[in-house]
Amino acid sequence: MTSGDTAIETADLAKRYGGLVALAGLSMRIPHGDVFGFLGPNGAGKTTAVKLLLGLSRPTSGEARLLGASLDDARAHREARRRVGYLPELFRYQGWLTAREVLGVHADLAGLPRSEAPPEIARVLGVVGLAARAGDRVANYSKGMQQRLGLAVALLGRPALVMLDEPTSALDPVGRHDVREIIRALKAEGVTVFLNSHLLSEVEQVCDRVAIVDRGRVIAQGTFEELLAGDTVHLRVTGGVPDDLDRFGTLDREGDRLVVRGIARERIPDLVAALVAAGARVHEVRPAQESLEDRFLSLLGHDA
Amino acid sequence: MSPALVVARLVVREVLRRRLVLALLALTLVAIVLTAWGFSRIPTLTTRGVPIGDVQVKAISAFLLILVMFMFSNVLALSAVFIAAPSISGDVESGIAQAVLSRPLPRAAFVIGKWLGLALLVAAYAVLAALIELLVVNAVVGYAPPRPLELLLFLFAEGLVLLTLGTLLSTRLSGMVGGVIALVLFGMAWLGGIVGGIGSAFENDVVEGVGIATKLVLPTDALWRGAVWALQPEALRAGGAAFGPAAAANPFYQPSAPPAAYLVWCGLWTAGMLALAVWSFDRREV
Repeated sequence: MTSGDTAIETADLAKRYGGLVALAGLSMRIPHGDVFGFLGPNGAGKTTAVKLLLGLSRPTSGEARLLGASLDDARAHREARRRVGYLPELFRYQGWLTAREVLGVHADLAGLPRSEAPPEIARVLGVVGLAARAGDRVANYSKGMQQRLGLAVALLGRPALVMLDEPTSALDPVGRHDVREIIRALKAEGVTVFLNSHLLSEVEQVCDRVAIVDRGRVIAQGTFEELLAGDTVHLRVTGGVPDDLDRFGTLDREGDRLVVRGIARERIPDLVAALVAAGARVHEVRPAQESLEDRFLSLLGHDA
Repeated sequence: MSPALVVARLVVREVLRRRLVLALLALTLVAIVLTAWGFSRIPTLTTRGVPIGDVQVKAISAFLLILVMFMFSNVLALSAVFIAAPSISGDVESGIAQAVLSRPLPRAAFVIGKWLGLALLVAAYAVLAALIELLVVNAVVGYAPPRPLELLLFLFAEGLVLLTLGTLLSTRLSGMVGGVIALVLFGMAWLGGIVGGIGSAFENDVVEGVGIATKLVLPTDALWRGAVWALQPEALRAGGAAFGPAAAANPFYQPSAPPAAYLVWCGLWTAGMLALAVWSFDRREV
Protein backbone atom coordinates (compact mmCIF):
# COMPACT_ATOMS: atom_id res chain seq x y z
CA MET A 1 0.00 0.00 0.00
CA THR A 2 1.21 3.50 -0.68
CA SER A 3 0.51 6.64 1.35
CA GLY A 4 1.94 10.14 0.94
CA ASP A 5 -0.91 12.04 -0.68
CA THR A 6 -3.48 9.58 0.64
CA ALA A 7 -5.63 10.30 3.68
CA ILE A 8 -7.36 6.93 3.85
CA GLU A 9 -6.46 3.73 2.13
CA THR A 10 -7.91 0.27 2.61
CA ALA A 11 -7.19 -3.06 1.00
CA ASP A 12 -9.64 -5.95 1.35
CA LEU A 13 -10.67 -4.65 4.74
CA ALA A 14 -13.21 -7.08 6.15
CA LYS A 15 -15.17 -7.51 9.34
CA ARG A 16 -17.25 -10.51 10.31
CA TYR A 17 -19.24 -11.02 13.50
CA GLY A 18 -19.56 -14.79 13.65
CA GLY A 19 -21.46 -15.66 10.49
CA LEU A 20 -22.55 -12.08 9.84
CA VAL A 21 -20.50 -10.20 7.28
CA ALA A 22 -20.47 -6.52 8.23
CA LEU A 23 -17.81 -5.50 5.74
CA ALA A 24 -16.63 -7.74 2.91
CA GLY A 25 -13.31 -6.70 1.47
CA LEU A 26 -13.37 -2.91 1.30
CA SER A 27 -10.70 -1.46 -0.98
CA MET A 28 -10.54 2.27 -1.54
CA ARG A 29 -8.21 5.23 -1.61
CA ILE A 30 -9.10 8.76 -0.55
CA PRO A 31 -6.65 11.52 -1.49
CA HIS A 32 -5.88 14.36 0.93
CA GLY A 33 -8.25 17.28 0.59
CA ASP A 34 -11.13 15.29 -0.89
CA VAL A 35 -14.66 15.36 0.40
CA PHE A 36 -15.50 11.70 0.12
CA GLY A 37 -19.04 10.38 0.36
CA PHE A 38 -19.53 6.88 1.66
CA LEU A 39 -23.00 6.15 0.52
CA GLY A 40 -25.18 3.16 1.20
CA PRO A 41 -28.44 1.97 2.66
CA ASN A 42 -28.78 1.35 6.40
CA GLY A 43 -26.83 -1.72 7.46
CA ALA A 44 -24.51 -1.59 4.44
CA GLY A 45 -21.37 -1.51 6.60
CA LYS A 46 -20.64 2.23 6.54
CA THR A 47 -20.30 2.64 10.31
CA THR A 48 -18.31 -0.58 10.56
CA ALA A 49 -15.80 0.83 8.06
CA VAL A 50 -15.39 4.03 10.08
CA LYS A 51 -14.98 2.14 13.35
CA LEU A 52 -12.33 -0.08 11.81
CA LEU A 53 -10.45 2.93 10.46
CA LEU A 54 -10.51 4.60 13.89
CA GLY A 55 -9.42 1.47 15.76
CA LEU A 56 -12.70 1.22 17.69
CA SER A 57 -13.18 -2.21 16.18
CA ARG A 58 -10.65 -4.73 14.83
CA PRO A 59 -10.75 -6.01 11.27
CA THR A 60 -11.13 -9.73 10.66
CA SER A 61 -8.77 -9.40 7.71
CA GLY A 62 -7.32 -6.84 5.35
CA GLU A 63 -5.30 -3.70 5.79
CA ALA A 64 -5.97 0.00 6.25
CA ARG A 65 -4.01 3.17 6.67
CA LEU A 66 -5.26 6.32 8.33
CA LEU A 67 -3.17 9.39 7.44
CA GLY A 68 -0.41 7.00 6.48
CA ALA A 69 -0.51 4.99 9.72
CA SER A 70 -1.30 1.30 9.49
CA LEU A 71 -4.03 -0.13 11.72
CA ASP A 72 -1.50 -2.78 12.75
CA ASP A 73 0.90 -0.21 14.20
CA ALA A 74 -0.93 0.84 17.38
CA ARG A 75 1.48 3.63 18.28
CA ALA A 76 1.57 5.21 14.81
CA HIS A 77 -2.19 4.85 14.49
CA ARG A 78 -2.66 6.59 17.84
CA GLU A 79 -0.42 9.44 16.72
CA ALA A 80 -2.39 9.71 13.47
CA ARG A 81 -5.61 10.03 15.47
CA ARG A 82 -4.27 13.29 16.91
CA ARG A 83 -5.09 14.77 13.49
CA VAL A 84 -8.50 13.13 13.11
CA GLY A 85 -11.88 14.46 14.20
CA TYR A 86 -14.82 12.09 14.51
CA LEU A 87 -18.55 12.53 14.87
CA PRO A 88 -20.02 9.10 15.64
CA GLU A 89 -23.38 8.00 14.34
CA LEU A 90 -24.36 7.38 17.96
CA PHE A 91 -23.35 10.83 19.16
CA ARG A 92 -23.43 10.89 22.94
CA TYR A 93 -21.50 13.16 25.25
CA GLN A 94 -21.27 13.44 29.03
CA GLY A 95 -24.66 14.83 29.99
CA TRP A 96 -23.45 16.11 33.36
CA LEU A 97 -20.93 18.40 31.66
CA THR A 98 -21.56 21.64 29.81
CA ALA A 99 -20.75 21.78 26.10
CA ARG A 100 -17.67 23.85 26.86
CA GLU A 101 -16.50 21.27 29.41
CA VAL A 102 -17.04 18.40 26.96
CA LEU A 103 -14.86 20.24 24.47
CA GLY A 104 -12.32 20.87 27.24
CA VAL A 105 -12.10 17.13 27.94
CA HIS A 106 -11.60 16.40 24.25
CA ALA A 107 -9.01 19.18 23.96
CA ASP A 108 -7.09 17.50 26.82
CA LEU A 109 -7.45 14.05 25.25
CA ALA A 110 -6.35 15.35 21.87
CA GLY A 111 -3.28 16.88 23.50
CA LEU A 112 -4.13 20.46 22.65
CA PRO A 113 -1.80 22.86 24.52
CA ARG A 114 -3.54 24.37 27.56
CA SER A 115 -3.12 27.92 26.25
CA GLU A 116 -4.64 27.11 22.87
CA ALA A 117 -7.67 25.22 24.13
CA PRO A 118 -9.99 28.08 25.23
CA PRO A 119 -9.82 30.08 21.97
CA GLU A 120 -10.11 26.88 19.92
CA ILE A 121 -13.14 25.76 21.94
CA ALA A 122 -14.73 29.18 21.41
CA ARG A 123 -14.01 28.92 17.68
CA VAL A 124 -15.66 25.52 17.17
CA LEU A 125 -18.63 26.49 19.33
CA GLY A 126 -19.07 29.47 17.02
CA VAL A 127 -18.74 27.33 13.89
CA VAL A 128 -21.53 24.97 14.94
CA GLY A 129 -23.72 27.74 16.35
CA LEU A 130 -23.63 26.71 20.01
CA ALA A 131 -21.74 29.68 21.46
CA ALA A 132 -24.81 31.04 23.23
CA ARG A 133 -25.59 27.72 24.93
CA ALA A 134 -22.02 26.62 25.66
CA GLY A 135 -22.54 26.91 29.42
CA ASP A 136 -25.60 24.63 29.49
CA ARG A 137 -25.42 21.04 30.56
CA VAL A 138 -25.47 18.67 27.61
CA ALA A 139 -28.25 16.65 29.25
CA ASN A 140 -30.55 19.61 28.62
CA TYR A 141 -29.68 19.77 24.92
CA SER A 142 -32.02 18.67 22.15
CA LYS A 143 -30.85 15.88 19.86
CA GLY A 144 -29.97 18.40 17.19
CA MET A 145 -27.89 20.46 19.61
CA GLN A 146 -26.09 17.33 20.76
CA GLN A 147 -25.24 16.55 17.13
CA ARG A 148 -23.95 20.08 16.68
CA LEU A 149 -21.80 19.56 19.77
CA GLY A 150 -20.54 16.33 18.22
CA LEU A 151 -19.59 18.25 15.14
CA ALA A 152 -17.75 20.80 17.30
CA VAL A 153 -15.87 17.93 18.99
CA ALA A 154 -14.92 16.60 15.54
CA LEU A 155 -13.66 20.01 14.39
CA LEU A 156 -11.66 20.69 17.56
CA GLY A 157 -7.95 21.26 17.01
CA ARG A 158 -8.23 21.73 13.23
CA PRO A 159 -7.81 18.07 12.27
CA ALA A 160 -6.43 17.06 8.86
CA LEU A 161 -9.17 14.47 8.47
CA VAL A 162 -12.75 14.74 9.68
CA MET A 163 -14.92 11.63 9.75
CA LEU A 164 -18.62 12.36 9.95
CA ASP A 165 -21.01 9.45 10.40
CA GLU A 166 -24.52 10.54 9.36
CA PRO A 167 -23.83 14.09 10.58
CA THR A 168 -27.29 15.48 9.89
CA SER A 169 -29.47 12.63 11.16
CA ALA A 170 -30.89 14.75 14.00
CA LEU A 171 -30.81 18.14 12.30
CA ASP A 172 -33.58 20.25 10.81
CA PRO A 173 -33.23 21.73 7.30
CA VAL A 174 -31.39 24.77 8.66
CA GLY A 175 -28.99 22.52 10.52
CA ARG A 176 -28.43 20.41 7.40
CA HIS A 177 -27.63 23.52 5.44
CA ASP A 178 -25.19 24.61 8.15
CA VAL A 179 -23.42 21.24 8.02
CA ARG A 180 -23.06 21.50 4.25
CA GLU A 181 -21.54 24.95 4.68
CA ILE A 182 -19.14 23.62 7.34
CA ILE A 183 -18.06 20.80 5.02
CA ARG A 184 -17.49 23.27 2.18
CA ALA A 185 -15.42 25.46 4.49
CA LEU A 186 -13.35 22.42 5.53
CA LYS A 187 -12.73 21.61 1.88
CA ALA A 188 -11.62 25.18 1.26
CA GLU A 189 -9.08 24.73 4.08
CA GLY A 190 -7.79 21.53 2.49
CA VAL A 191 -9.23 19.23 5.16
CA THR A 192 -10.14 15.73 4.05
CA VAL A 193 -13.74 14.87 4.91
CA PHE A 194 -15.08 11.33 5.06
CA LEU A 195 -18.86 11.61 5.01
CA ASN A 196 -20.94 8.56 5.83
CA SER A 197 -24.46 9.07 4.69
CA HIS A 198 -27.55 7.49 3.29
CA LEU A 199 -28.82 10.91 2.19
CA LEU A 200 -28.14 11.19 -1.52
CA SER A 201 -28.80 14.91 -1.77
CA GLU A 202 -26.37 15.62 1.06
CA VAL A 203 -23.63 13.64 -0.65
CA GLU A 204 -24.44 15.04 -4.08
CA GLN A 205 -24.16 18.61 -2.84
CA VAL A 206 -20.81 18.46 -1.07
CA CYS A 207 -18.76 15.46 -2.16
CA ASP A 208 -16.03 15.25 -4.79
CA ARG A 209 -16.06 11.50 -4.90
CA VAL A 210 -18.33 8.77 -3.65
CA ALA A 211 -18.24 5.09 -2.96
CA ILE A 212 -21.53 3.25 -2.97
CA VAL A 213 -21.53 0.42 -0.51
CA ASP A 214 -24.07 -2.35 -0.15
CA ARG A 215 -24.02 -5.45 2.03
CA GLY A 216 -20.46 -4.76 3.09
CA ARG A 217 -19.08 -4.33 -0.40
CA VAL A 218 -18.24 -1.28 -2.51
CA ILE A 219 -20.33 -1.67 -5.65
CA ALA A 220 -19.22 1.54 -7.37
CA GLN A 221 -16.83 4.38 -6.69
CA GLY A 222 -15.47 7.43 -8.43
CA THR A 223 -16.33 11.04 -9.16
CA PHE A 224 -19.93 11.90 -10.00
CA GLU A 225 -18.98 12.26 -13.67
CA GLU A 226 -17.51 8.78 -13.66
CA LEU A 227 -20.36 7.25 -11.73
CA LEU A 228 -23.13 8.87 -13.74
CA ALA A 229 -21.35 8.54 -17.07
CA GLY A 230 -23.40 5.55 -18.14
CA ASP A 231 -25.95 7.72 -19.90
CA THR A 232 -29.37 7.59 -21.28
CA VAL A 233 -30.91 9.10 -24.36
CA HIS A 234 -34.64 9.70 -24.85
CA LEU A 235 -35.93 9.72 -28.43
CA ARG A 236 -39.27 10.15 -30.18
CA VAL A 237 -39.28 7.95 -33.24
CA THR A 238 -41.96 6.97 -35.75
CA GLY A 239 -41.72 4.47 -38.55
CA GLY A 240 -39.69 1.27 -38.49
CA VAL A 241 -37.07 0.72 -35.85
CA PRO A 242 -34.24 -1.74 -36.75
CA ASP A 243 -33.84 -4.93 -34.69
CA ASP A 244 -30.13 -4.54 -33.95
CA LEU A 245 -30.43 -1.33 -31.89
CA ASP A 246 -29.52 -3.16 -28.68
CA ARG A 247 -25.86 -2.87 -29.73
CA PHE A 248 -26.17 0.77 -28.50
CA GLY A 249 -27.54 -0.08 -25.04
CA THR A 250 -30.61 -1.43 -23.31
CA LEU A 251 -33.82 -0.42 -25.02
CA ASP A 252 -37.12 0.54 -23.61
CA ARG A 253 -39.88 1.28 -26.11
CA GLU A 254 -43.38 2.48 -25.50
CA GLY A 255 -45.34 3.87 -28.48
CA ASP A 256 -43.15 6.41 -30.21
CA ARG A 257 -40.96 6.85 -27.14
CA LEU A 258 -37.63 5.09 -27.16
CA VAL A 259 -35.19 5.11 -24.25
CA VAL A 260 -31.64 3.81 -24.75
CA ARG A 261 -29.69 3.31 -21.50
CA GLY A 262 -25.96 2.91 -21.12
CA ILE A 263 -25.03 4.64 -24.32
CA ALA A 264 -21.89 6.74 -24.52
CA ARG A 265 -22.46 10.36 -25.52
CA GLU A 266 -20.33 10.13 -28.68
CA ARG A 267 -22.38 7.22 -30.04
CA ILE A 268 -25.69 9.12 -30.10
CA PRO A 269 -25.14 10.40 -33.71
CA ASP A 270 -24.46 6.78 -34.79
CA LEU A 271 -27.72 5.72 -33.14
CA VAL A 272 -29.64 8.46 -34.96
CA ALA A 273 -27.92 7.53 -38.26
CA ALA A 274 -28.84 3.87 -37.78
CA LEU A 275 -32.48 4.83 -37.15
CA VAL A 276 -32.61 7.10 -40.20
CA ALA A 277 -30.89 4.49 -42.36
CA ALA A 278 -33.57 1.98 -41.33
CA GLY A 279 -36.27 4.40 -42.50
CA ALA A 280 -37.34 5.72 -39.12
CA ARG A 281 -38.25 9.38 -38.62
CA VAL A 282 -36.55 10.95 -35.61
CA HIS A 283 -38.59 13.80 -34.03
CA GLU A 284 -36.67 14.36 -30.83
CA VAL A 285 -33.32 13.39 -29.33
CA ARG A 286 -32.81 14.26 -25.66
CA PRO A 287 -29.68 13.03 -23.86
CA ALA A 288 -30.29 12.82 -20.10
CA GLN A 289 -27.84 12.29 -17.30
CA GLU A 290 -28.98 9.78 -14.79
CA SER A 291 -29.61 11.20 -11.34
CA LEU A 292 -27.58 9.92 -8.42
CA GLU A 293 -30.76 8.46 -7.01
CA ASP A 294 -31.49 6.50 -10.20
CA ARG A 295 -27.93 5.27 -10.30
CA PHE A 296 -27.96 4.40 -6.60
CA LEU A 297 -31.19 2.45 -6.91
CA SER A 298 -30.10 0.65 -10.06
CA LEU A 299 -26.81 -0.33 -8.42
CA LEU A 300 -28.66 -1.67 -5.41
CA GLY A 301 -30.83 -3.70 -7.73
CA HIS A 302 -34.00 -1.64 -7.42
CA ASP A 303 -35.77 -0.15 -10.41
CA ALA A 304 -35.36 3.56 -10.70
CA MET B 1 -1.89 16.10 31.49
CA SER B 2 -1.65 12.38 30.71
CA PRO B 3 -4.76 10.82 29.17
CA ALA B 4 -5.23 8.53 32.19
CA LEU B 5 -5.35 11.57 34.48
CA VAL B 6 -7.84 13.30 32.16
CA VAL B 7 -10.09 10.23 32.42
CA ALA B 8 -9.58 10.00 36.21
CA ARG B 9 -10.51 13.65 36.64
CA LEU B 10 -13.60 13.08 34.53
CA VAL B 11 -14.65 10.17 36.76
CA VAL B 12 -14.27 12.26 39.91
CA ARG B 13 -16.15 15.13 38.30
CA GLU B 14 -18.98 12.85 37.22
CA VAL B 15 -19.46 11.30 40.65
CA LEU B 16 -19.30 14.69 42.37
CA ARG B 17 -21.86 16.18 39.96
CA ARG B 18 -24.31 13.36 40.34
CA ARG B 19 -26.47 13.06 43.39
CA LEU B 20 -24.79 9.81 44.44
CA VAL B 21 -22.07 11.48 46.48
CA LEU B 22 -24.44 13.96 48.08
CA ALA B 23 -26.79 11.15 49.10
CA LEU B 24 -23.94 9.03 50.40
CA LEU B 25 -22.40 11.89 52.37
CA ALA B 26 -25.75 12.93 53.83
CA LEU B 27 -26.58 9.37 54.91
CA THR B 28 -23.08 8.88 56.30
CA LEU B 29 -23.45 12.04 58.39
CA VAL B 30 -26.83 10.84 59.66
CA ALA B 31 -25.25 7.49 60.56
CA ILE B 32 -22.41 9.24 62.40
CA VAL B 33 -24.82 11.44 64.34
CA LEU B 34 -26.95 8.43 65.31
CA THR B 35 -23.94 6.39 66.39
CA ALA B 36 -22.62 9.37 68.34
CA TRP B 37 -25.88 9.46 70.24
CA GLY B 38 -25.66 5.70 70.79
CA PHE B 39 -22.10 5.93 72.10
CA SER B 40 -23.08 8.81 74.40
CA ARG B 41 -25.63 6.50 76.11
CA ILE B 42 -23.05 3.82 76.99
CA PRO B 43 -21.72 5.57 80.15
CA THR B 44 -25.32 5.84 81.43
CA LEU B 45 -25.80 2.06 81.38
CA THR B 46 -26.18 0.39 84.77
CA THR B 47 -25.98 -3.14 86.16
CA ARG B 48 -28.29 -3.70 89.17
CA GLY B 49 -28.60 0.03 89.61
CA VAL B 50 -24.84 0.63 89.62
CA PRO B 51 -23.32 2.58 86.68
CA ILE B 52 -20.90 0.47 84.68
CA GLY B 53 -17.21 1.11 85.11
CA ASP B 54 -14.80 2.78 82.76
CA VAL B 55 -13.33 -0.56 81.62
CA GLN B 56 -16.76 -1.79 80.62
CA VAL B 57 -17.54 1.49 78.81
CA LYS B 58 -14.36 1.05 76.77
CA ALA B 59 -15.07 -2.63 76.04
CA ILE B 60 -18.63 -1.94 74.87
CA SER B 61 -17.46 1.06 72.85
CA ALA B 62 -14.75 -1.03 71.21
CA PHE B 63 -17.17 -3.75 70.20
CA LEU B 64 -19.79 -1.28 69.03
CA LEU B 65 -17.17 0.57 66.98
CA ILE B 66 -16.28 -2.68 65.21
CA LEU B 67 -19.96 -3.09 64.26
CA VAL B 68 -20.24 0.54 63.08
CA MET B 69 -17.11 0.15 60.98
CA PHE B 70 -18.53 -3.09 59.60
CA MET B 71 -21.48 -1.04 58.39
CA PHE B 72 -19.18 1.59 56.85
CA SER B 73 -17.04 -1.07 55.20
CA ASN B 74 -20.15 -2.59 53.67
CA VAL B 75 -21.38 0.79 52.45
CA LEU B 76 -17.94 1.36 50.99
CA ALA B 77 -17.87 -2.07 49.37
CA LEU B 78 -21.35 -1.72 47.86
CA SER B 79 -20.66 1.82 46.67
CA ALA B 80 -17.38 0.69 45.08
CA VAL B 81 -19.25 -2.04 43.23
CA PHE B 82 -22.12 0.23 42.19
CA ILE B 83 -19.84 2.89 40.72
CA ALA B 84 -17.23 0.55 39.23
CA ALA B 85 -19.49 -2.02 37.58
CA PRO B 86 -20.99 0.40 35.04
CA SER B 87 -17.90 2.62 34.80
CA ILE B 88 -16.68 1.29 31.44
CA SER B 89 -19.65 -0.70 30.14
CA GLY B 90 -21.91 2.31 30.66
CA ASP B 91 -19.72 4.46 28.42
CA VAL B 92 -19.61 1.75 25.78
CA GLU B 93 -23.37 1.17 25.86
CA SER B 94 -24.26 4.86 25.74
CA GLY B 95 -21.78 5.59 22.95
CA ILE B 96 -19.73 8.10 24.99
CA ALA B 97 -16.73 5.78 24.61
CA GLN B 98 -16.74 6.09 20.81
CA ALA B 99 -15.85 9.76 20.74
CA VAL B 100 -13.40 9.39 23.64
CA LEU B 101 -11.56 6.34 22.31
CA SER B 102 -11.17 7.81 18.83
CA ARG B 103 -8.81 10.26 20.52
CA PRO B 104 -5.10 9.43 20.72
CA LEU B 105 -5.30 7.62 24.04
CA PRO B 106 -4.40 3.97 24.58
CA ARG B 107 -7.18 1.74 25.89
CA ALA B 108 -4.96 1.09 28.92
CA ALA B 109 -5.05 4.81 29.79
CA PHE B 110 -8.85 4.73 29.65
CA VAL B 111 -9.13 1.72 31.99
CA ILE B 112 -6.44 2.91 34.39
CA GLY B 113 -7.92 6.42 34.40
CA LYS B 114 -11.35 5.07 35.33
CA TRP B 115 -9.83 2.90 38.05
CA LEU B 116 -7.69 5.71 39.42
CA GLY B 117 -10.62 8.13 39.62
CA LEU B 118 -12.76 5.57 41.42
CA ALA B 119 -9.88 4.67 43.74
CA LEU B 120 -9.51 8.31 44.76
CA LEU B 121 -13.20 8.49 45.57
CA VAL B 122 -13.12 5.25 47.57
CA ALA B 123 -10.06 6.50 49.47
CA ALA B 124 -11.73 9.83 50.19
CA TYR B 125 -14.88 8.16 51.51
CA ALA B 126 -13.01 5.55 53.57
CA VAL B 127 -10.77 8.12 55.20
CA LEU B 128 -13.44 10.78 55.76
CA ALA B 129 -16.21 8.53 57.08
CA ALA B 130 -13.95 6.45 59.33
CA LEU B 131 -11.94 9.41 60.58
CA ILE B 132 -15.00 11.47 61.51
CA GLU B 133 -16.54 8.46 63.26
CA LEU B 134 -13.34 7.84 65.23
CA LEU B 135 -13.10 11.49 66.25
CA VAL B 136 -16.76 11.62 67.28
CA VAL B 137 -16.46 8.41 69.35
CA ASN B 138 -13.31 9.72 70.97
CA ALA B 139 -15.04 12.99 71.83
CA VAL B 140 -18.17 11.29 73.21
CA VAL B 141 -16.74 8.37 75.25
CA GLY B 142 -13.01 9.03 75.18
CA TYR B 143 -12.27 5.78 73.36
CA ALA B 144 -9.82 5.39 70.50
CA PRO B 145 -9.01 2.08 68.80
CA PRO B 146 -5.40 0.91 69.07
CA ARG B 147 -4.43 1.21 65.36
CA PRO B 148 -6.46 3.91 63.57
CA LEU B 149 -4.04 4.31 60.64
CA GLU B 150 -4.08 0.58 59.88
CA LEU B 151 -7.88 0.66 60.14
CA LEU B 152 -8.11 3.32 57.42
CA LEU B 153 -5.71 1.40 55.20
CA PHE B 154 -7.58 -1.88 55.54
CA LEU B 155 -10.96 -0.25 54.91
CA PHE B 156 -9.59 1.47 51.82
CA ALA B 157 -7.90 -1.72 50.61
CA GLU B 158 -11.16 -3.68 50.89
CA GLY B 159 -12.96 -1.03 48.81
CA LEU B 160 -10.09 -0.94 46.32
CA VAL B 161 -10.19 -4.70 45.82
CA LEU B 162 -13.92 -4.59 45.08
CA LEU B 163 -13.68 -1.62 42.77
CA THR B 164 -10.88 -3.36 40.85
CA LEU B 165 -13.09 -6.42 40.47
CA GLY B 166 -15.99 -4.19 39.38
CA THR B 167 -13.76 -2.44 36.82
CA LEU B 168 -12.61 -5.77 35.39
CA LEU B 169 -16.20 -7.01 35.06
CA SER B 170 -17.19 -3.67 33.52
CA THR B 171 -14.86 -4.21 30.57
CA ARG B 172 -17.11 -7.02 29.33
CA LEU B 173 -20.43 -7.07 31.19
CA SER B 174 -23.22 -4.56 31.60
CA GLY B 175 -23.27 -2.64 34.87
CA MET B 176 -26.11 -4.63 36.38
CA VAL B 177 -24.64 -8.06 35.56
CA GLY B 178 -21.14 -7.06 36.69
CA GLY B 179 -22.52 -5.48 39.87
CA VAL B 180 -24.53 -8.54 40.83
CA ILE B 181 -21.58 -10.87 40.18
CA ALA B 182 -19.24 -8.69 42.26
CA LEU B 183 -21.72 -8.55 45.13
CA VAL B 184 -22.28 -12.31 45.12
CA LEU B 185 -18.51 -12.89 45.14
CA PHE B 186 -18.18 -10.36 47.99
CA GLY B 187 -20.80 -12.24 50.02
CA MET B 188 -19.18 -15.57 49.27
CA ALA B 189 -15.77 -14.28 50.36
CA TRP B 190 -17.29 -13.19 53.68
CA LEU B 191 -18.87 -16.61 54.18
CA GLY B 192 -15.65 -18.27 53.03
CA GLY B 193 -13.81 -16.47 55.83
CA ILE B 194 -16.25 -17.87 58.42
CA VAL B 195 -16.12 -21.36 56.87
CA GLY B 196 -12.32 -21.27 56.90
CA GLY B 197 -12.39 -20.24 60.59
CA ILE B 198 -14.64 -23.20 61.39
CA GLY B 199 -12.27 -25.45 59.47
CA SER B 200 -9.26 -24.29 61.45
CA ALA B 201 -11.20 -24.53 64.76
CA PHE B 202 -12.10 -28.17 64.11
CA GLU B 203 -8.84 -28.96 62.34
CA ASN B 204 -10.63 -29.96 59.14
CA ASP B 205 -8.17 -29.44 56.30
CA VAL B 206 -10.76 -29.45 53.51
CA VAL B 207 -12.99 -26.85 55.15
CA GLU B 208 -9.98 -24.76 56.11
CA GLY B 209 -8.75 -25.04 52.53
CA VAL B 210 -12.05 -23.54 51.31
CA GLY B 211 -11.43 -20.54 53.56
CA ILE B 212 -7.85 -20.12 52.32
CA ALA B 213 -8.98 -20.43 48.70
CA THR B 214 -11.60 -17.70 49.09
CA LYS B 215 -9.01 -15.47 50.76
CA LEU B 216 -6.77 -15.88 47.73
CA VAL B 217 -9.49 -15.56 45.11
CA LEU B 218 -11.08 -12.43 46.58
CA PRO B 219 -9.25 -10.87 49.53
CA THR B 220 -12.11 -8.69 50.79
CA ASP B 221 -12.95 -10.68 53.94
CA ALA B 222 -9.31 -11.06 54.93
CA LEU B 223 -8.86 -7.29 54.60
CA TRP B 224 -11.97 -6.73 56.73
CA ARG B 225 -10.39 -9.02 59.32
CA GLY B 226 -7.37 -6.73 59.17
CA ALA B 227 -9.63 -3.79 59.95
CA VAL B 228 -11.08 -5.74 62.92
CA TRP B 229 -7.56 -6.42 64.18
CA ALA B 230 -6.78 -2.70 63.93
CA LEU B 231 -9.95 -1.85 65.90
CA GLN B 232 -9.57 -4.46 68.62
CA PRO B 233 -8.16 -3.41 72.01
CA GLU B 234 -6.24 -5.92 74.13
CA ALA B 235 -9.28 -6.55 76.38
CA LEU B 236 -11.42 -7.72 73.46
CA ARG B 237 -8.62 -9.85 72.08
CA ALA B 238 -8.21 -11.56 75.45
CA GLY B 239 -11.96 -12.07 75.67
CA GLY B 240 -12.10 -13.60 72.20
CA ALA B 241 -9.14 -15.84 72.91
CA ALA B 242 -11.14 -17.36 75.77
CA PHE B 243 -13.34 -19.02 73.14
CA GLY B 244 -10.34 -20.96 71.89
CA PRO B 245 -9.80 -21.75 68.20
CA ALA B 246 -13.56 -21.53 67.48
CA ALA B 247 -13.25 -17.72 67.75
CA ALA B 248 -11.57 -17.73 64.31
CA ALA B 249 -15.02 -18.22 62.75
CA ASN B 250 -16.24 -14.94 64.27
CA PRO B 251 -16.02 -12.23 61.56
CA PHE B 252 -15.78 -9.56 64.29
CA TYR B 253 -12.76 -11.05 65.99
CA GLN B 254 -9.22 -11.17 64.69
CA PRO B 255 -6.35 -11.99 67.05
CA SER B 256 -3.50 -11.10 64.68
CA ALA B 257 -2.64 -8.89 61.73
CA PRO B 258 -2.74 -10.46 58.27
CA PRO B 259 0.79 -11.72 57.48
CA ALA B 260 2.98 -9.46 55.33
CA ALA B 261 3.10 -12.11 52.59
CA TYR B 262 -0.68 -11.99 52.38
CA LEU B 263 -0.66 -8.20 52.06
CA VAL B 264 1.82 -8.58 49.21
CA TRP B 265 -0.59 -11.05 47.63
CA CYS B 266 -3.41 -8.46 47.94
CA GLY B 267 -1.23 -5.95 46.08
CA LEU B 268 -0.39 -8.50 43.38
CA TRP B 269 -4.05 -9.48 43.13
CA THR B 270 -5.09 -5.88 42.56
CA ALA B 271 -2.36 -5.23 40.01
CA GLY B 272 -3.16 -8.51 38.24
CA MET B 273 -6.88 -7.78 38.03
CA LEU B 274 -6.18 -4.29 36.72
CA ALA B 275 -3.82 -5.73 34.09
CA LEU B 276 -6.52 -8.24 33.17
CA ALA B 277 -9.03 -5.40 32.84
CA VAL B 278 -6.67 -3.53 30.48
CA TRP B 279 -6.09 -6.69 28.44
CA SER B 280 -9.81 -7.42 28.29
CA PHE B 281 -10.82 -3.90 27.24
CA ASP B 282 -8.04 -3.72 24.70
CA ARG B 283 -9.84 -6.49 22.81
CA ARG B 284 -13.32 -5.07 23.23
CA GLU B 285 -15.18 -3.75 20.21
CA VAL B 286 -16.57 -0.32 20.97
